[in-house]
Amino acid sequence: MAQLARLALAEEEIEPMARELSAVLDHVARIAELDLEHVAPTSHVLDVTGALRPDEPRPCLPRELALAQAPAVSNDGFLVPSPQA
Amino acid sequence: MSDASSSASSPQGERELLKLTAAQAARRIAAGELSALELFDAYRERAATDHAVGHEGLNCFTWVADERAGVEDSGPLAGVPLAVKDLFCTEGVPSQSGSRILQGYTPPYTATAVARLRDAGAPLLAKTNQDEFAMGSSTENSAFGPTLNPWDRGRVPGGSSGGSAAAVAAGLAPWALGTDTGGSIRQPAALCGIVGLKPTYGSVSRYGMIAFASSLDQAGPLTRDVTDAALLLAHMVGRDPCDATSLQLPEEIVLPSAQELTGLRLGVPAELHGEGIETGVREVFDGACKRAEALGAELIDVELPHAPYALSAYYVLAPAECSSNLARFDGVRYGLRAPGALELLDMYTRTRHDGFGPEVRRRVMLGTYALSSGYYDAYYARAQRVRTKIAEDFADAFKRVDFIVTPTAPTVAFKLGEKTADPWAMYLNDLCTVPMSLAGIPAISIPCGLSDGLPVGLQLAGPAFSENRLLDAAYALEQEFGFDGSAAHV
Repeated sequence: MAQLARLALAEEEIEPMARELSAVLDHVARIAELDLEHVAPTSHVLDVTGALRPDEPRPCLPRELALAQAPAVSNDGFLVPSPQA
Repeated sequence: MSDASSSASSPQGERELLKLTAAQAARRIAAGELSALELFDAYRERAATDHAVGHEGLNCFTWVADERAGVEDSGPLAGVPLAVKDLFCTEGVPSQSGSRILQGYTPPYTATAVARLRDAGAPLLAKTNQDEFAMGSSTENSAFGPTLNPWDRGRVPGGSSGGSAAAVAAGLAPWALGTDTGGSIRQPAALCGIVGLKPTYGSVSRYGMIAFASSLDQAGPLTRDVTDAALLLAHMVGRDPCDATSLQLPEEIVLPSAQELTGLRLGVPAELHGEGIETGVREVFDGACKRAEALGAELIDVELPHAPYALSAYYVLAPAECSSNLARFDGVRYGLRAPGALELLDMYTRTRHDGFGPEVRRRVMLGTYALSSGYYDAYYARAQRVRTKIAEDFADAFKRVDFIVTPTAPTVAFKLGEKTADPWAMYLNDLCTVPMSLAGIPAISIPCGLSDGLPVGLQLAGPAFSENRLLDAAYALEQEFGFDGSAAHV
């Protein structure tokens, strides 16, 4: 699960994390008590109409501003370690 | 007759000036009786002192303005300075949502809510401390360390907007912006003895708010009184093309004026009034309800049968949304990157481990689990069905009553460290505030008395878009309660 969540956990962090998550899931499990077979899931709490704006090109963030806070940059782009080093 | 501006240079004059509510200060500035710059300087000095390294302050702030840029005495807010929760993006000003993973991040743009208030004449005074990514009910989960409650420095201010609440309660800011996902405006307002309003979902643009759970997150005011809450809200709301879930309110927000509650039906739900509510809180709340009756309101027992399931549903939905929203923190575009990784996945996982605190890690894990293939139907899809039932409960109740009234939080401010070891004990703080968040309806917390010397909040919740009526009722109650918060001023 930690790998799916993209979280490195140290060996000694795994047991407390599992214990805490299990405790929360025990409380959360209460929702299994309800009969919800004919209930629609909420997708949005209010009716929103006209949510879409016109699809018109607009200026975006200038490249130098977008890169300004990156931990590492190279050749006008974000620099990351290789995916398969 | 001496006005505040002519005597502000004396310590006594400054105290008088700081006693003004934001609306009073705005009125005086507009009338030419008070200088906006003088007010800004007085607050900036107080905020900077609280923020100073080594100073034994409340730790309300993560950043304080070092110049009076943009202070003008024009506009409807007339230069009254504003404190803003750290998670609002503010151009050129550090905004890291209380997290180490955004250390040193200064956004290239400003959140719509903050920009609107600035354009209405409220300059940025400071950024306020919060639980990391708004995940918490005590402001103890912050990379900046905990904020202290000005009523008792051994206790928490509530959270996640604890820095905003403590700053307003202590008189270190005239008013503040916060955000509420499951109670993060209302609960700290209650624990600090001030007013906090979570508006109808969509009333205020979420553009530029560093997201926690997007279907629940909503910005709102934390203020000394109900009039200030109305004034601040009036200049934040409205449709924003940058947030597709934002809405135009059907009517303008106006300043409240009701003196009585004659004919108003207040519903008291047994589910949020009995088990789990501390005796002292219940006593103060019951006393407040009697005073509402004296003002002409009728108290009616109502049922919210699914409210006891709200917390369980919320702790599926909010972590699920957070696990998705926080995927963007990967050490590539901004913020922290763990050093030394030779491979991309290793860089992601180590950066996120080092950058996120324990509670955020827990919720990301919980959300990833709830959304994972094989568990999705049992957790996420089911919780969304519970959410539908909770909204239906409110809709049914509002056929019989105008507002729902509950204690805002089940306890008064608790001691630092008291609940950090047990996540569910901390989550129980949101017992009375989470149902309204799931239903997307507006709710306001106002102080209604003291229990063992600590403030108790009363929560009023109404149907979607009932803000004006809600503010009016809260205003009438506020006049009746006559709550005095001056004991918390520093």
